[in-house]
Amino acid sequence: MRWRPGPIFIILALAALLPLLDVVLPPKMQLCEAVRGVFLYAILALGLNVVTGYAGLLNLGIAAFMAIGAYSFGILTCEIYPFQLGFWPALALTIPIGAFAGFILGAPTLGLRGDYLAIVTLGFGEIVQDVLKNLDVVTKGTQGINPLPAPTFGGSEWTAEDEYKWYYLFFALLVLTVIAVRNLERSRLGRAWFSIREDEIASRSMGIRVERTKLIAFATAAAIAAFAGGLSASVLSSTGEPSNYDFQISILALCIVIVGGIGSIAGVLVGALVMVGLNSIVLVKATAWMAANGIGSQGNVLLSPNNWKFLIFGLALILAVRLKPNGLIPPRIERAKQ
Amino acid sequence: MLDFEVFSQQLITGLSNGMIIALIAIGYTMVYGIIELINFAHGDVFMLGAFLALTLLGALGMEAWGPSGQVFGVALMLIGSAVFCGGLNWSLDRLAYRALRKSSKLSLLVSAIGCSFVCMNLGLFWGGAPMTVFANGNSAAAPKNFPAIIPQINLLGDGFLRITPADLLVFTVTIPLMVGLTFMVKRTRLGRAMRAVAQDPTAASLMGIPVDRVIGATFFIGGALGGFASVIYSLYNNTIGFQMGTRAGLDAFTAAVLGGIGSLPGAVLGGLTIGCVRSMSDQYLETRWTNTIVFCILVLILIFRPNGLLGSTRREKV
Repeated sequence: MRWRPGPIFIILALAALLPLLDVVLPPKMQLCEAVRGVFLYAILALGLNVVTGYAGLLNLGIAAFMAIGAYSFGILTCEIYPFQLGFWPALALTIPIGAFAGFILGAPTLGLRGDYLAIVTLGFGEIVQDVLKNLDVVTKGTQGINPLPAPTFGGSEWTAEDEYKWYYLFFALLVLTVIAVRNLERSRLGRAWFSIREDEIASRSMGIRVERTKLIAFATAAAIAAFAGGLSASVLSSTGEPSNYDFQISILALCIVIVGGIGSIAGVLVGALVMVGLNSIVLVKATAWMAANGIGSQGNVLLSPNNWKFLIFGLALILAVRLKPNGLIPPRIERAKQ
Repeated sequence: MLDFEVFSQQLITGLSNGMIIALIAIGYTMVYGIIELINFAHGDVFMLGAFLALTLLGALGMEAWGPSGQVFGVALMLIGSAVFCGGLNWSLDRLAYRALRKSSKLSLLVSAIGCSFVCMNLGLFWGGAPMTVFANGNSAAAPKNFPAIIPQINLLGDGFLRITPADLLVFTVTIPLMVGLTFMVKRTRLGRAMRAVAQDPTAASLMGIPVDRVIGATFFIGGALGGFASVIYSLYNNTIGFQMGTRAGLDAFTAAVLGGIGSLPGAVLGGLTIGCVRSMSDQYLETRWTNTIVFCILVLILIFRPNGLLGSTRREKV
């Protein structure tokens, strides 16, 4: 049989070539920095996709694990703490730390049914945020931990100007995440997750250890989210304030997964592009363009594109699930059903 | 003040706030009970109700009305916001949710999140309305001051406790509403239809129950309760803002889950619990830890009672 590139391959190949487009575009319209944000949210959403898409457990607090990753990256690297690790070991450590946090939250609560679990994860998100804000002795409260190191690759440490290096670092880590979750999806564990999602009692009678399998899904998602958090802290050189990891972020990740196609990797990638692209590329560029051309004023609330953000985002969500109930790129199993 | 006085005072505050939370929580629990949707937009419908009340107050110049006129004014705001919020909630169901009855629960949830964003944005625009009560449309996003048209006096004279007319208003509005609602769900035809649809929509429709109309009615009633709650909340707290729906919604939804989602007395119990925990934590611990404590209690209760305080244990069928 002849090899045909799948949707994941096409999306990633286009992303790899994107910097070439930036060479032609005028400086104000360049896309690389914004697309980096898309990559970051894609990694986060791939993590959420493991727990919500594969195992069918609604998690409304994924941002908490991102915060845990960012803050542990900060504490492990920043010079005011005793550890002072470099970029790579600290980033690698965010993965087991995140998994452990997921385990701590998951172990006592996985007995809960559907939406009860969802509200507990939501509560966990709020708790983590508050604890980070209030334990200011350790976390520096709303100031965030900074400065944080960037990777060194052949000589000096990267700075914010090394846009393309960052771009390809994010890209490479996204590819790594895609490969990891794709292998998980096709493993024995992945099939156990699907089976639990479809019917818990039947899975149990087939010999799947439901609690343990759910817990692994939870911890995997948490690990990937923490990894995304560490990465975002590094590129900003700061953990930022705790409210950078609030409920809105969890909701954005959930919308990416569902609008893109729940349980589908290619879907999540497209979903991240559409959702984050709308949020931080189209609207931001439109605002910049309008300001440059003297349209819009400070006085009238209706004339600033930024004030339309939630309306546009909300309508996009309503329309997306209405027109594409299984997502933009549904997983293969849903496509087969149609 | 004596310790006991402080405690009782905080208890009154907690119960008043708890009743308001409970009223919003009922909207969540009714909708969840009937179509298993966490109606994320409910908190924002509540917020728009408060904006409508402020608009009515400003447009009719209620601040200048005499005491008896203001009683009439409060009644007018209550009815106006209830009808408005009920209608809005009904329209959300009609326009956004009804088409998704047969799709997955998560699509429905995302649709509700979308509605929540749209409503929140409408609140932002509303805050920029060119009216005196909205600061003439300047700084639309800033919180708005809601005039205290209820006198801030102590009904107990110089007694050791302070009960204001606002406290009294909370209880005189919420308790009859809750009693009436319980009666409606238990005794009327519509209530029976609602319970039937909640139990099994297919069987209900085979018995000739107009399922979509019953669901619509549920949304209307839930929204209307949110409308009542919005007016009481505004008169009680005197500040409203376009983002208040998220906070109130989170509290109310937590209350609904705490009490056992789908259960009306559960929502009330959950609301009162959260209201009291909040006010006690504000008083005896630090305010900044209050949210953490509320959610820790939620997690603890759910670990030991996985279906909430009053929720029924429904066995999953194969």
